Amino acid sequence: MSAIVSLRDVSVHFGSSRAVDGVSVDVKPGEVLALVGESGSGKTTLIRAIQGLQPVTSGEITHTPAPGARPAGSDRSRGNRGVQMIFQDPTGALNPRQTIYEIVAEGLRIRKESKDEAARVARALSRAGLRPPERFFPMYPHQISGGQRQRVVIAGAMVMEPDLLLADEPVASLDASIRGEILALMLDLVGETGLSILVVTHDLGLAWNIADRVAVMYLGRIVELGPTEQILGSPKHPYTRALLSVVPETNRMEQQILTGEIPDSRRIPVGCRFHPRCPLFQSGTLPDEVASRCITEDPDQLDSSANWSVACWAVAAEGKPEDGSVGA
Amino acid sequence: MSRPVLSVKDLTITYNSSAGPVPAVRGVSFDLAVGESLGLAGESGCGKSTLANSLLRLLPEGTVTSGEVTIDGQDLFALSPGGLRAVRWTTGAIVFQGALHALNPVQTAGRQVCEPMHIHETVASDDEARARSRQLFERVGLSANLLEAYPHQLSGGQRQRVLIAMALACDPQLLIADEPTTALDLMVQAQVLALIAELRKESSLSLIFITHDLSVLTYVADRLAIMYAGRIVEQGPSLDVFQNATHPYTKALAAAFPTIGDPASRRAPSGLAGDPPTPGALPPGCPFHPRCPLAEDRCSTIEPDLRSSGPGREAACVLI
Ligand SMILES: Nc1ncnc2c1ncn2[C@@H]1O[C@H](COP(=O)(O)OP(=O)(O)OP(=O)(O)O)[C@@H](O)[C@H]1O
Ligand SMILES: Nc1ncnc2c1ncn2[C@@H]1O[C@H](COP(=O)(O)OP(=O)(O)O)[C@@H](O)[C@H]1O
Ligand code: SF4
Ligand code: SF4
Ligand SMILES: [Mg+2]
Ligand SMILES: [Mg+2]
Repeated sequence: MSAIVSLRDVSVHFGSSRAVDGVSVDVKPGEVLALVGESGSGKTTLIRAIQGLQPVTSGEITHTPAPGARPAGSDRSRGNRGVQMIFQDPTGALNPRQTIYEIVAEGLRIRKESKDEAARVARALSRAGLRPPERFFPMYPHQISGGQRQRVVIAGAMVMEPDLLLADEPVASLDASIRGEILALMLDLVGETGLSILVVTHDLGLAWNIADRVAVMYLGRIVELGPTEQILGSPKHPYTRALLSVVPETNRMEQQILTGEIPDSRRIPVGCRFHPRCPLFQSGTLPDEVASRCITEDPDQLDSSANWSVACWAVAAEGKPEDGSVGA
Repeated sequence: MSRPVLSVKDLTITYNSSAGPVPAVRGVSFDLAVGESLGLAGESGCGKSTLANSLLRLLPEGTVTSGEVTIDGQDLFALSPGGLRAVRWTTGAIVFQGALHALNPVQTAGRQVCEPMHIHETVASDDEARARSRQLFERVGLSANLLEAYPHQLSGGQRQRVLIAMALACDPQLLIADEPTTALDLMVQAQVLALIAELRKESSLSLIFITHDLSVLTYVADRLAIMYAGRIVEQGPSLDVFQNATHPYTKALAAAFPTIGDPASRRAPSGLAGDPPTPGALPPGCPFHPRCPLAEDRCSTIEPDLRSSGPGREAACVLI
């Protein structure tokens, strides 16, 4: 099955700042892929590049619309309308002076798709769980709750019948109780429309709740990629292991709190970019030949076609993860 | 038993808004022992910050309170302005919600940490304040050269550490932290939580920690109080409450934070339909009944009080 969107060695640099620094990954049709990592790891920059809002410095992003993901007859001639985005803060994303109807119809109007506008707005609203949709048409954002606002944002994306939804921390600003409802809605949309979702989050519980695969990003690079059960169950990369150990609800692991913060993307360390904070490297227990690679050689990028892939010299020296490959 | 550092009895707080009275806290009671840590959780608008701010009388003018608050043996509502000033910072200190963005942009971090010491005259001189701020920076894990940094030069995690240092400036017995980690990412949150755990180990600091993330509280709090519509609806030892919630609202909140690896929550996010109630227009009876999966007829007429629901535990639900 071909990917909905395929990234090959994508870099986005801002002057000397290497926000995204060699990323290869595919989003498959109908999958939920979670992109996790600390602030400043380049997640937002990467999804802005996928959406076409951010030119890439090098590499290639190919978007192949999924056959059948959208009803026949829709206009595919205009760029990447098949890629839609939802943001963290629904309140900030909605114009307070527009009605819910106008907000949801806006994408259609921008693209001058006035045919069946009301029916399409109604369908998008009810798909987002706002039923009966007509009741919401005349309302303003301040008249609905925070959870409903995020549903309106989702309806505004779904009205374009995208095949890829990019979601940047879609529930981080919502209450815990509402969080589950919105995540369930996202899963339903995948089931009902065949949509793919790339969701950016630092909430590993969210990934456990909805993601088929997890990509772990550190300082502009994906360092581990694989099925959710494996990545969250038996992570291989020392960075993934540390992240998982500090999730408050996983008391089963000994906490590995990394010191300091992610380095500035203008000063990516040579060798393995994680080595100054890597607990495994810093422990001094690595064999010399591995440790010397950590400080001199950048582990290769992941093999994005493998089931499970890790960019770490120590993991490479140990052997391959189960039916996967290591990027080294 | 030693005297509690804080004792709250039947506290009610009603804001006066242009649209009428807003009963934000409606009868809350709890004690906090010396060195104890209480976690307050609940959806946005349930009254957590209102409660926290009231403990140092930091509510807006015109707000009506009733009930009793005893802090370090003193009746909070009877304090003179001077007595109140002495309580703030030196007995109890708050790290406000959103304060991460409220540091003074044109003053160095070091100066801001010195400020409460000067105001409360806990130091005799500028030099002493500077020495103390250096110590505090070390205590919260900040390098001394950041004393000269301005807020915009600091990351979110570093700013949160500055705020904690500032709160500790006058060596309070009680630290109230309102959503101190909400804006931080996973690893920085872990660093701040570890710092708070360490501060508590070093001294007999009592803590009230507010967040909507129940799972965080299992890590920092000895005891957990869950608020809904201005009242505590369940309380008890934190891990016990998180893992074996008895109140239907707590159950829903706890389920919203999946245990990674638990097959029951895999591809099955769990939420709670409906919206939190508005304080001005509470439903009759148990305020949770419009959203409660277990609601019965009587729930729309009776508002249950807290009742014992196990060792050291209480819940307010007709089913208990
Ligand atoms: N327009 C820009 N000019 C210069 N540097 C930038 C720009 N945008 C991002 N960066 C840098 O690129 C890196 C990645 O930023 P990005 O915002 O993508 O991270 P992120 O993972 O989304 O973080 P967060 O979770 O905090 O939003 C950071 O070092 C950031 O400072
Ligand atoms: N200054 C105020 N005037 C009127 N109502 C207020 C004021 N501050 C808070 N409220 C109301 O009191 C309730 C509780 O608020 P708050 O304590 O901030 O909740 P939380 O911290 O749990 O999010 C909310 O309904 C809020 O709108
Ligand atoms: S390559 Fe070396 S430094 Fe990098 S993550 Fe692996 S062990 Fe750590
Ligand atoms: S009193 Fe009734 S409505 Fe309230 S929590 Fe208990 S069962 Fe639910
Ligand atoms: Mg971001
Ligand atoms: Mg609050």
